[in-house]
Amino acid sequence: MAEVKPVARPLSPHLQIYRWSWTMAMSVAHRVTGSGLYLGTVLIAAWLVAAASGPAAFGTAQAIAGSFLGRLVLFLYSFSLIHHMLGGLRHFVWDMGKGYEPETRMKMAKFTLVGSVSLTVLVWIVALVLR
Amino acid sequence: MQSNSSMRTPLGRVRGLGSAKSGTGHFWLQRVTAVSNLILTVIFIGVVIALVGRPYPAAVALLSNPCVAILMLLFILSACIHMRLGMQVVIEDYVHAEGPKVLAVMANTFFAIAVGAASVYAVLKLSFGG
Repeated sequence: MAEVKPVARPLSPHLQIYRWSWTMAMSVAHRVTGSGLYLGTVLIAAWLVAAASGPAAFGTAQAIAGSFLGRLVLFLYSFSLIHHMLGGLRHFVWDMGKGYEPETRMKMAKFTLVGSVSLTVLVWIVALVLR
Repeated sequence: MQSNSSMRTPLGRVRGLGSAKSGTGHFWLQRVTAVSNLILTVIFIGVVIALVGRPYPAAVALLSNPCVAILMLLFILSACIHMRLGMQVVIEDYVHAEGPKVLAVMANTFFAIAVGAASVYAVLKLSFGG
């Protein structure tokens, strides 16, 4: 059998070499929001465990969630959730084999940002009105 | 024909799945949980909004409602499976050394199960009467 010799082949360049585009930014954002949501599940679990632990623990959790920092985290978390959700919808379109045209890709990427910001603001307005 | 350097038959190669060890299971489960997340996350956001600023008894009453509790359990299950698969891809993309990669992928599984178990325990405890 012929011996296989490893050849020092050029590697494909990484992120920093490319010009930023909407599609690339939204792709990176999808991964960043996904990672943020991953870490944030610790807070959801802590909140649920606090609710199960009794009124005192739940009161503390609610107070932390209601503080400025708590609300900032909640806002970023809700934005990440909605952004990741719209990014996922984009992936569903691509999974169907559609939406690969340059214009469509660009429109969907821009919609992901505009749509997620609008929806997050809408969710917060509804939450604050119902309070 | 493909290379004939292997003694395995084409059927055997397909069944054994070659060096990849698995087929499209990871991809497909990621999509299935993405679909279920889509529905369950909207419900979860609704539950959180309904709980904003509520006193403890009202919050417990809502979370221990059977329908709400079952949907919360499904949300936890679906989200934990989805996030474990997603983080595994991130780890495999950025951690190249074999040892740290295996450890990170394993830690990822432990994290997803721990978060899921704590959340499920809390919802069940609330549902079955605190």
